[in-house]
Amino acid sequence: MADIIWGLATSHVPSIGAAMDNHKTEDPYWKPLFDGYAPARRWMAEHPPDVAVIVYNDHANSIDMDLVPTFAVGTAAAYDVADEGWGRRPVPPVIGAPELSEHLVRELLDSSFDIATCNRLDVDHGLTVPLSVYCPEPGDAWPCAVVPVLVNVIQSPQPTAARCYEFGKAIGQAIRSFPQDTKVAVFGTGGMSHQLAGARAGLINEEFDRRFLQAIENDPESLAALSREDYVREAGTEGIEMIMWLVMRGAMSERISRVHDTYHVPASNTAAALALFQDLGDREPAAV
Amino acid sequence: MVDANERRTESRTKARDDYLLDIEHARRGYALNRMCGSLMHAENRSRFSADEAAYCDEFGLSPEQKHAVLERDWTAMMDLGGSIFYTFKLAMLDKKSMQYLGGVFTGMSTEEFIEAMQSGGRKFG
Repeated sequence: MADIIWGLATSHVPSIGAAMDNHKTEDPYWKPLFDGYAPARRWMAEHPPDVAVIVYNDHANSIDMDLVPTFAVGTAAAYDVADEGWGRRPVPPVIGAPELSEHLVRELLDSSFDIATCNRLDVDHGLTVPLSVYCPEPGDAWPCAVVPVLVNVIQSPQPTAARCYEFGKAIGQAIRSFPQDTKVAVFGTGGMSHQLAGARAGLINEEFDRRFLQAIENDPESLAALSREDYVREAGTEGIEMIMWLVMRGAMSERISRVHDTYHVPASNTAAALALFQDLGDREPAAV
Repeated sequence: MVDANERRTESRTKARDDYLLDIEHARRGYALNRMCGSLMHAENRSRFSADEAAYCDEFGLSPEQKHAVLERDWTAMMDLGGSIFYTFKLAMLDKKSMQYLGGVFTGMSTEEFIEAMQSGGRKFG
């Protein structure tokens, strides 16, 4: 049976990827952010998953306004890296896990989550930057297969935080019922507080971010109880991306332990964070 | 006449506090966003640069949207249904950063905006 081994919450700011691609991680502007990643990266390198289920949002690169799915799952055998308008990131193509995708789709539908499926999906920085946070130097191939899970956080109304948390629980159950012996990591991406347009552009709410960063571990219900308006008011119009962390949290067991976290301002126009959790499992005593 | 938003932001910008891309806003901005989104492809960037006005017409932009694009009036684009994720592709074509846009929306220079971010970001409330 498949097993969720860890969950990673991380920002997916394009410039974090560009800093890695352009070898600027030691620059004074970027060094504090990447130094903050180091302990998590060491731990993850020692605990590689077979498949990463990456919960993210597309940014007008594969999903446009013709069709806006609230929740979608990639079902392809491979995903090209998107050209977002300034050339493709120099990272390997993403290899899918179509059997796990198919299982997730069926199980999620049985759990009353009526998701869309994507047979072709060019994955943008929302997915590739978190992969680079996990594995900064993949060489010719990423170290794990990927199932992309898309959440609409761009067009309002977005799914509620509570619905995202429930969606995560359904994903967790679905993963654990996958019959193959597969080690799975779940990524929740995006955030933290940021707003790109309007008079409040540049908004950072460190107090809210730090409260969220703490509560995601042991009190996710309090974060799931917040409304869309709460997220936009406190974290900015784009800070609502943080609801995708609740999908990751929902997929994990109730018993998790924090391996590492870090918080940094700014990464471009945003507050950036990383939090890594080991899944302790709600396993029964070993069968005899 | 100074409205509440302008008072709050010291009259430095005409931008509203927030631009929520709700369904009505998305409908209003559909042509504009579709045009900006098309700039992810290099051949479209070349065609746009060769004749910006004709390219806007091809996508059915309203006269106001077309004017905002040609004038690079980023706040007007947002008022006319633009989404930052689409209009940013036009900014990238102009080699303008998100910090530049942040400055435009808040009435600051790019340098001032970057300085505000490096000082912990802008605070509200």
